[in-house]
Formats: sequence, C-alpha cells, structure tokens
Amino acid sequence: MLAALTLLLVFQLVGEVLVRGLDLPIPGPVVGMAMLLAVLVIRNGPSEDLRGTANGLLQHLSLLFVPAGTGVMLHFGRLADEWLPLLAALAVSTLLSIAVSALLLGALSRRAGARSEDAS
Amino acid sequence: MRDEFGEIWVYLSTTPLLGLTLTLLAYQGAWWLYQRANQNPLLNPVLIAVVALVSVLMLTGTDYDTYFDGAQFVHFLLGPATVALAIPLYAQWQRLRALLLPVLLTLVVGSLTAALSAVGVAAALGASRETMMSLAPKSVTTPIAMGIAESLGGLPSLTAVLVILTGIFGAVAARYVFLALRIEDHAVRGFAIGLASHGIGTARAFQVSEQAGAFAALAMGLNALVTALMLPWILPWLASLL
Repeated sequence: MLAALTLLLVFQLVGEVLVRGLDLPIPGPVVGMAMLLAVLVIRNGPSEDLRGTANGLLQHLSLLFVPAGTGVMLHFGRLADEWLPLLAALAVSTLLSIAVSALLLGALSRRAGARSEDAS
Repeated sequence: MRDEFGEIWVYLSTTPLLGLTLTLLAYQGAWWLYQRANQNPLLNPVLIAVVALVSVLMLTGTDYDTYFDGAQFVHFLLGPATVALAIPLYAQWQRLRALLLPVLLTLVVGSLTAALSAVGVAAALGASRETMMSLAPKSVTTPIAMGIAESLGGLPSLTAVLVILTGIFGAVAARYVFLALRIEDHAVRGFAIGLASHGIGTARAFQVSEQAGAFAALAMGLNALVTALMLPWILPWLASLL
C-alpha cells in the first residue's frame, strides 16, 4: 500500500511539475492520470498492490468532495443573487448533454457495428 | 461547568483535529442515511454531509478557514485519487479500443455541449463572469472540475457545489430523457449519464446494470480528461470573440 501510494503521489508530482514548467492550463493530477494510464497500457495492467490501493482511495471518493463542498458557505451571497441563471444553466445543459451524447453514440455505434459485421 | 466547556471549545477550535473529525463524522452519518434510503439520489451523501457541516459551522460561529485547517487533510487526497482514476479507466481499455472512434467523437461533442450550453444559458440570463467560469466544468468529476475552474478564473469551491448539484440532477432526470428519446442500449445510456453527471451519475448507472455502470465510469474518466484538455483553451478564446 505504501509503495502504491508513493507511486500515485510521484505521478501527481511529475504532472504538477510538467504543468507548471510548460505553463499548461490543465490540472496537474490529470496529466499524472494520463501518464499512469499510458504506463498501465504499456505494462498490461496495474499490480495487485496498486489496484487495491486505488480501489480503497476511490471507494470513498465522495468523502473527498466534502471539504470543498462545505465552501458553499462562502458563496451564499452569490447563490442568492444568481440562483436563476445557475439553476437554469444546470438543468438545461445537463438534459441537453445527456440527450446529445446518447443520440450520437447510439447512431455512431450502430454504424460501427454494421461495418464490422460487413467485414466479417 | 459552562466556563469549562468554553475553555475546551477554545482549545479544540484552534487544532485541526476538530475540522477533520467533524468531516468524517458528517460523511459517515450521511452515508448511513443514504444506505437506509436505498441510495435515493436525492439523499446524496455529499449533499447531506455538506448541509450538516455548514449548519454546525454557522451555529458555532466557526469560519470556513478554521474548519479547512483540519479538513485540508481529506481535501489533499483528491490529487492522488484523480491519478488513481487511471486504474478503472484501464479496466475498460479493451472495450474502449473496439469503440474508439464513436466514443471519441461523442466525447468531444458531449463535453462541449455540457460546458458551452451551461455558459450560454448563464450568460443569456446575466450571470457574472466568475459564475460562468465556475459553471463551465460542472459535468466533470469534482477534483478535476475544481482544477479546471481554477485555471479558467472561476471559484473552485463554487464549482464543487455546482458539480454535485449537476450529478444529483442528472442521476434523477436521465431516465426520463432516455424514455422520451427511446434509448434502450445500456452501454449508450451509461455513457451519456457518466459524461453529463460524472461519479454521482455513474453510481446511479451501476444500480441499473453492470454494463451501464462500466460505460458510465469510462465516460466520466474520459470526459474529465477531454474537458481538462479542451476547455482551458477554447473558453478564453470564445470569450475573446465576444
């Protein structure tokens, strides 16, 4: 577990260093995640230790959002002032992106499925 | 007796112990409630824990910075947890390769739809710039959304709240969209719900079926990556055109 945790932190650290060094507008941990994924693909999967530690960390992923979410108390004024645009934007955009993604992936994967059947 | 309690309170409120312990207690209480309610999405554990913590902090007159001195130890783990998302993502690698092109196209279009339609509606209704930038990454899983909001000049803590609300809304509303559009394929349903409403939607998809859940997890991870890669370039560019 210690080795796996160290590995995750090393990937995060390298990601942060790259983002700051190259002045990229991407979060450092995302770069760390992409690099770890690339390594996993090359090495054909994570070790038992890494898998276990990652699962442990991700099992209570929602706990990790709580301190940031509690920061809502700093924004009560803004929420009171702008509740209508916020609520409307959330609802419209969430419904729209579910509909668009479902319709597009449905249509594209039917085409891909038809093509691979033709080929076989 | 009252003085003694006052002294203890003065001591506790200056150590990180209280903020950390309160966070864990609030979350476990909320988790217990969520399980008791058969994982009803309206009783989302993050939402309940946040409501409980804000109430306690406001009733005791504790400011957020004091609380965060303790809670930062939990908050810090978001970084390594984001890196760890590579492991479930890798588990979907074979499936992903088979559907690579449809998935990538849907990701780009879906990710832009989620961000730009939110910013567009908010702009049309007169939201401030900071609010719009905090809203843009609302469909992305919280740790990454907060990072994106920060690099866009939004407010990460406001983004965290908006992300959680988006997740709850998507988890509740998705099935009505699928019914109206007659979408039955569980892989497609899962992918759409994971893209639009991240981890909370993914948890919901796993209740529907294993396949829906796996595709939701895949969409959540990839959308986080794609949005983080695209939005910090596209949004400032669009803003400069206006």
